[in-house]
Amino acid sequence: MIRIFSMLVGAFFSLALLWSAGKGTVAYISEPPAKTVESEFHQHPKALSLSSDGAFGKFDRQQLQRGFQVYSEVCATCHAIKQVSYGDLRELGYNEAEVKAIAAKAQVPEYNPATGEVKQHPGALKDHFPPVVYGGAGSPPDLSLIAKARHGGAAYIYSLLTGYADQAGYKNEKGEELLKKFPDAKTPDGLFFNPYFANLNIAMPQPLVSDGQVSYKDGTKASVDQMAQDVSAFLVWTAEPKLEKRHQTGWPVIGFLIFATVLAYMAYRTVWAEKKGH
Amino acid sequence: MSFPWANEYKPSHPAMVWLDEKLPLPRFVYNAIGAGYPVPRNLNYMYNFGVLAGFCLVIQIVTGVVLAMHYAANTGVAFNSTEHIMRDVNWGWMLRYGHANGASAFFVVVYFHIFRGFFYGSYKAPREMIWLLGVAIFLLMMATAFMGYVLPWGQMSYWGAKVITGLFGAIPLVGEPIQTWLLGGFAPDQAALNRFFSLHFLLPFVILGVVILHIWALHIPGSTNPTGVEVKQESDTVPFHPYYTAKDGFGLGVFLIFYCALLFFAPNALGHPDNYIPANPMQTPAHIVPEWYFWPFYAILRAFTQNFLFFPAKLMGVLAMFSSILVWFLLPWLDKSPVRSGHFRPTFRKFFWLLVIDVAVLGYCGGSPAEEPYVIISQIAAFYYFAHFFIILPLVSMTEKPLPLPFSITEAVLGADEAATLAAPVAPAE
Repeated sequence: MIRIFSMLVGAFFSLALLWSAGKGTVAYISEPPAKTVESEFHQHPKALSLSSDGAFGKFDRQQLQRGFQVYSEVCATCHAIKQVSYGDLRELGYNEAEVKAIAAKAQVPEYNPATGEVKQHPGALKDHFPPVVYGGAGSPPDLSLIAKARHGGAAYIYSLLTGYADQAGYKNEKGEELLKKFPDAKTPDGLFFNPYFANLNIAMPQPLVSDGQVSYKDGTKASVDQMAQDVSAFLVWTAEPKLEKRHQTGWPVIGFLIFATVLAYMAYRTVWAEKKGH
Repeated sequence: MSFPWANEYKPSHPAMVWLDEKLPLPRFVYNAIGAGYPVPRNLNYMYNFGVLAGFCLVIQIVTGVVLAMHYAANTGVAFNSTEHIMRDVNWGWMLRYGHANGASAFFVVVYFHIFRGFFYGSYKAPREMIWLLGVAIFLLMMATAFMGYVLPWGQMSYWGAKVITGLFGAIPLVGEPIQTWLLGGFAPDQAALNRFFSLHFLLPFVILGVVILHIWALHIPGSTNPTGVEVKQESDTVPFHPYYTAKDGFGLGVFLIFYCALLFFAPNALGHPDNYIPANPMQTPAHIVPEWYFWPFYAILRAFTQNFLFFPAKLMGVLAMFSSILVWFLLPWLDKSPVRSGHFRPTFRKFFWLLVIDVAVLGYCGGSPAEEPYVIISQIAAFYYFAHFFIILPLVSMTEKPLPLPFSITEAVLGADEAATLAAPVAPAE
């Protein structure tokens, strides 16, 4: 009885699925989904190699400091990093005095619940980076977690920063010209063409425009590519400041576990030595 | 319970004798997971996963209780309190990554455990109750995992909550009031977050309770084994301790290596990047997908794209998704083959492996965008899923001719069993 009932239920669902699949197939064949400009011209992130990559990865503190400089001089105009506190900057290799000096230059708003007033005070180690007041078009996201909040992570950031292109005459790897194939896909005014951005048109103007836009204190040549790499590395750190500690903790843990597992295996073989059939 | 030849607990130290008279807790442990519990001697590594699942539950409860000390279930601060755990709480990053990946590990282990049950017919008499409780645990795990994923209040948390509670909205007439009642509002907000946190804290302990029942029920008939032949005699079994404590100890070590490698070296590999974006009710993510362990069921939900007879597609999808798990409750009565183990069921075995591939395909489609060709593939895969459990399994169990079974576990392991030669003349001819 229960099996007859179950077969009826199963037949009901199965037929409904065949019906859906049949109609879907007919629609797919008679009207194949149109190719979109995104599916044809969106680019996957370029390869980027950072010292923090991989299970042995460590931060390159010189690079993080350079990246912080790029962030402060370029990105910080529009983007906040509110999860990061000034005290955290010590992890970049700055000493206490340097960090205090960086913090003191900032004005941090403080809300007084008794009076309802918001007062500005110079930043201290415990303060987080303040919100950025932005009046332009678009909505610049907070960058604290951006390296974990996008597919591709740091490579995506690097590709986006170096990926601005002239839409006129832009071709994909198959040699198809975008505006010839999709004449309606012209980038609207106020947006900027960037094939690494999901819908190809981003509200952010190209932020890193010329070599030497920042003057690195450590003498590294500030090419656009270098600045993009450095700020990507910095944003990996803001997203995951404990990355190094995680890797450093992981290896002894895995090492111990392998040792313990070998012992456990030997114990198992010993216990079962007299018994066949394991 | 147990078999007559089970070792008996004999306390020797006066303190233990005293305790045994007042509260025989050591005796209980001895009979449950000690030398007093005879277990088939031929269990393979697939039988490690039950213990591992129990271990995962402990990981989740321990890490979860500590995380709850630092987390705030308030829509304004939930996201930041999660980041506070990651950055400022001592070893907070390890607790949180351990908890998030612990959920994944739990499901990996439980899927092995469930498919072990499918293959070896663990659901068949006299073990129906173990199986029913197990399916109940799985449903509770799904509810717990879903609500836990909402707590960080990222984009996928928010939109996942919206989609899943929206399923109830597909119920005719009463659907929308139910959805509003579940959420405490028209969309996920403070009320929903608060109750999800409360339930997410409660349900693991409910799971723990059902796990205890699951193990209790297990101890009445004892484990199945790869031959599917019931234990007949003492030579078929070994005491749980030290034989299976040793074997489970080794299995636990292997499991922990994989789990820790994930936790320390790729903790975000199984997560979705969008959940590092704070929840924004005004901005729908491009693709809303649940965590990987729900993908097969999510694919079934989305496979119904056409209204059928009098049923709207959305309602069909919801009914099918729930039925795809609820049908497991009926397995003991759908599969009436007297032979348990897939080793001795040639036809069943082929369909079993087809099911494994089918669920993997469903999972892949469930994690992909709802576009062609994934939709058509998931429809075909879902078709097989329903055909398998509702139609093929009952039919196969009625028509299949199983292979001859060994006389006993001892014979299967050692190649010969004295008891079999003795029993042979008495065995009735066919």
